[in-house]
Amino acid sequence: MPRARVLIRPKAGILDPQGQAVERALPQLGFTGAANVHVGRLIELDVEDIAEVAGMCERLLANPLIEEYEVIELASASAGEPSA
Amino acid sequence: MKFGILRFPGTCDERDAAGAVGRLDGVEAEILPHHDRDLRGVDAVIVPGGFSYGDYLRTGAIARFAPVMESVTEFAAAGGIVLGICNGFQILCEAGLLPGALLPNPSLRFLFRQVRLSVVDPECAFTNACPLTLSVPVKHTTGRYYSPDPVDVVFKYAPGENPNGSQDDIAGVRNAAGNVLGLMPHPEHAVDPLCGGSADGLTIFASIAAHLRASASTPATPAG
Repeated sequence: MPRARVLIRPKAGILDPQGQAVERALPQLGFTGAANVHVGRLIELDVEDIAEVAGMCERLLANPLIEEYEVIELASASAGEPSA
Repeated sequence: MKFGILRFPGTCDERDAAGAVGRLDGVEAEILPHHDRDLRGVDAVIVPGGFSYGDYLRTGAIARFAPVMESVTEFAAAGGIVLGICNGFQILCEAGLLPGALLPNPSLRFLFRQVRLSVVDPECAFTNACPLTLSVPVKHTTGRYYSPDPVDVVFKYAPGENPNGSQDDIAGVRNAAGNVLGLMPHPEHAVDPLCGGSADGLTIFASIAAHLRASASTPATPAG
């Protein structure tokens, strides 16, 4: 059964306060070389048909009005954790 | 006249909503559970606040698939009055019954404060008995309204009082037909000056009741 990884990001141009908070925190730890930080969500699932995942994103996993999504097919699921 | 108040797992404001409408003459409230498609003949539906399904995934994202929402969608399509408050607003947006979406507050914090609201359209089904300015509380973490398209705004935060960075100070919007409204502030918590900061919230429920009475006594007209 294929395993899908769905990456969900805030749409460009929409204020991302989580990304901003992380971006402000990094320099306090001495990491001064990071910019354009954005925070999204990661969803992984085993699916019978990888082609169905886009529909799942449109209807539930993401809100296309405010989020972008990207579907990545991983190596087929085995008993353990999938390897990317 | 009967108002139906939806209850999902994680809803917490249904009793206050029922108590608020119960203060109006001739109006009773009935709690409608999430798993039941039967709206029990109610004249209006309130989708109350809370944290339905633990706000998992996105606020309102799971609740929109509850069986009762199928009936609410049909009720709204037939012109029935639906009011979404806070999480209820988020649910109605996720369900596509209202335009736009609610995003996290820029502060990333839970906000709880009294705000003043300006009534943009004082003649509609939800505002016909309202004063032009209302004092009601907000309490939310995900209240920043956003819509890429123009929307029908009914309530705005008064100048300087926008608590969450919402687009154009929008606090509440309605659908094109005018029978579905969502707002982030909580009118059901402002029904008694002793503990609600004002009783202004009651006027929104009174508006709905007045609209329903007027609709019942005249030939059917579109809501709004």
